[in-house]
Amino acid sequence: MMLNIYDFYDKMERNNIMLSFKGDITSELLTSVLQIMESKLDNLQEEPKIKKKVYNVLVECLQNLYHHLDEVSADQNDKVRSAIFMIGKIDNQYNIITGNYIKNTNIEGLKKRLDDINLLTKEELKEYYKLVLSNGEMSSKGGGGLGMIDIARKTGQKLNFNFSPVDDKYSFFSLNIKISQ
Amino acid sequence: MEKISIEGTPKTPTITFDTGKGFLEIKGRSIPENSIEFYKPLVDWLEKYSTKPQSITNVNIQLEYFNTSSSKCILDVFKKLEAINKGGSQVTINWYYEEDDEDMLEAGEDYQAIINVPFKMVQVAE
Repeated sequence: MMLNIYDFYDKMERNNIMLSFKGDITSELLTSVLQIMESKLDNLQEEPKIKKKVYNVLVECLQNLYHHLDEVSADQNDKVRSAIFMIGKIDNQYNIITGNYIKNTNIEGLKKRLDDINLLTKEELKEYYKLVLSNGEMSSKGGGGLGMIDIARKTGQKLNFNFSPVDDKYSFFSLNIKISQ
Repeated sequence: MEKISIEGTPKTPTITFDTGKGFLEIKGRSIPENSIEFYKPLVDWLEKYSTKPQSITNVNIQLEYFNTSSSKCILDVFKKLEAINKGGSQVTINWYYEEDDEDMLEAGEDYQAIINVPFKMVQVAE
């Protein structure tokens, strides 16, 4: 199969993609990506308020991917350990899109968690955040189920997600986060 | 009496703890993937400090960014300070936030609601 690179380029151009990556998510990669995105936000001369919000939400989105891949056991094949993310800006709105494989058996739990978050108002999200912060168990890596609540709270928008079936064992989970000015 | 410090990195804050003066400062960014590992030494120092604290303990929290992984560890630090405040030392937590940074102000108010230690919200210019 010949890969049409112009086709890729054109799609990314039309969606104003500032940065994209596909592959294994390491701590070093995230450090570099965050540095690149920070200087891009500086170059765009964004207001400090917007810059901070985009940066904060980006950290949570990317670290979600990192912790998720960390949970996938080492005996899994490389395909499953790979993820994708893209960051774009259209009409003053930032888009952070992430995608990763998920076991079909884990879909129901994640879907319920995200649907529950999407039902909450701004005030309820604040209370829920405090509840999980003070009572929640922390995983050994420090993730504590706060990431998605924090993203919903900081963006003030519903979490937009989708599961695409892949095979009898896996699906592809995608999350599309919008940050408006 | 000792002075302990951890130098900041792009993902972790600078920590200064002057036990002789009863002064602790956490400043910079706290966005490591594994925050438990990073905060463990500080929690241990506070544990040690709590056995013989100064009569007044001042804590400055001046964070530009922090991730949700750090937020639980910061809560653990505050819980230690809560215990120190209940014991022999009068603790004040000064929570710095930049003008216009409502998210950081709200984060401080969240902690204030959970932790029984006097908080002071300190606004700084951008």
